[in-house]
Amino acid sequence: MIDVLQLLTLLGLAAMTVLARCFFFILNRELPFPAWAQRGLLYAPIAALAAVVVPEVLATQGQLISTWLDARLMGAAAGVGYYVYRRGQGQAVLGTIIVGMAVYLPLHIGLGW
Amino acid sequence: MFLDPANFRHPAFRTGMADAFKVAPGIWAWGLMTGVSMVQAGLGPAMSTWMTLLVYGGSAQLAVTPLMAVGTPVWVVLATAFCVNLRFAVFSLHLRGYLMAWPRWQRLTIGYLIADLNYVQFVQNHPTPATDAAGQRAEMAYLCGNCFLTWAGWQIASILGIVLASQVPLEWGLGFAGVLALVGILCSLASSRMRTVSLVVSGAAAIAAYALPLRLNILVAIAAAVAMCLVIEKTAGVNKAAA
Repeated sequence: MIDVLQLLTLLGLAAMTVLARCFFFILNRELPFPAWAQRGLLYAPIAALAAVVVPEVLATQGQLISTWLDARLMGAAAGVGYYVYRRGQGQAVLGTIIVGMAVYLPLHIGLGW
Repeated sequence: MFLDPANFRHPAFRTGMADAFKVAPGIWAWGLMTGVSMVQAGLGPAMSTWMTLLVYGGSAQLAVTPLMAVGTPVWVVLATAFCVNLRFAVFSLHLRGYLMAWPRWQRLTIGYLIADLNYVQFVQNHPTPATDAAGQRAEMAYLCGNCFLTWAGWQIASILGIVLASQVPLEWGLGFAGVLALVGILCSLASSRMRTVSLVVSGAAAIAAYALPLRLNILVAIAAAVAMCLVIEKTAGVNKAAA
């Protein structure tokens, strides 16, 4: 069953995606933009990813994990290890995903870590 | 946009797709698990499909599906989605320098499709905005290719997840592949000492501020890391090239 209110909510949510992703370039007018802010943006991409990723790997519901026996920790470490081993060349990111999952899945599903 | 041969016949379109392909398995696994989660949260297959096709934002979808399933007021649902998406507003400030050369409808169309990894790979490949028309076309073509591959893979995987919702238990943790894709990109970004500082400060701040509602810890972490890096630059006189 398609619920009309829910469908309208979804259209509103799509609008939220556009609003957030286009926030500072929706309008055509000039935006005063100081040089320090411009420089600060150099550090934004890595900060944004780290803010998403680090809690996913090192914490559970915001609590730092207290054991080394954690499949996420081992999987991420294996992935980073592969990336460093390949020195970032070629398909190093793809390899990070595959090696990481190859370590993570057996530990997580098999041992319940 | 994608239907414009000037974009999809441009060599940069392929470069964009090739870059997106490097992280594609993570996107697929993440999309699959997002599809499974929406159905398991009680949204129903039809609405879940509309959700992925219209909203196109994994973190916002996962945040609002439980709310929608219990009939939360619409404005709360919309406000939640916007707050979860606030990091994109930071990205849009950065992308402004690249996109203002284009007409508004093109900015909004491509902007809608620029998810986390598309933004990161794009600014990594184009550290400074082009100033001539040919360079701007190459940027747009790269974005189109990069976003197209991500979008198609995400949608197919999500719909697959919606269809297979009862067969793929969330407990397997396949979504961790999405985290690993981000880890890989983090490694490629951590190319200087200052950027590594940004990574560490942001990660620590994100955990410390985790208790904030609506994933606002992400915004706090970005602000803390950027501020810290700017202060270190100022006081330690870090070489500009070191960023």
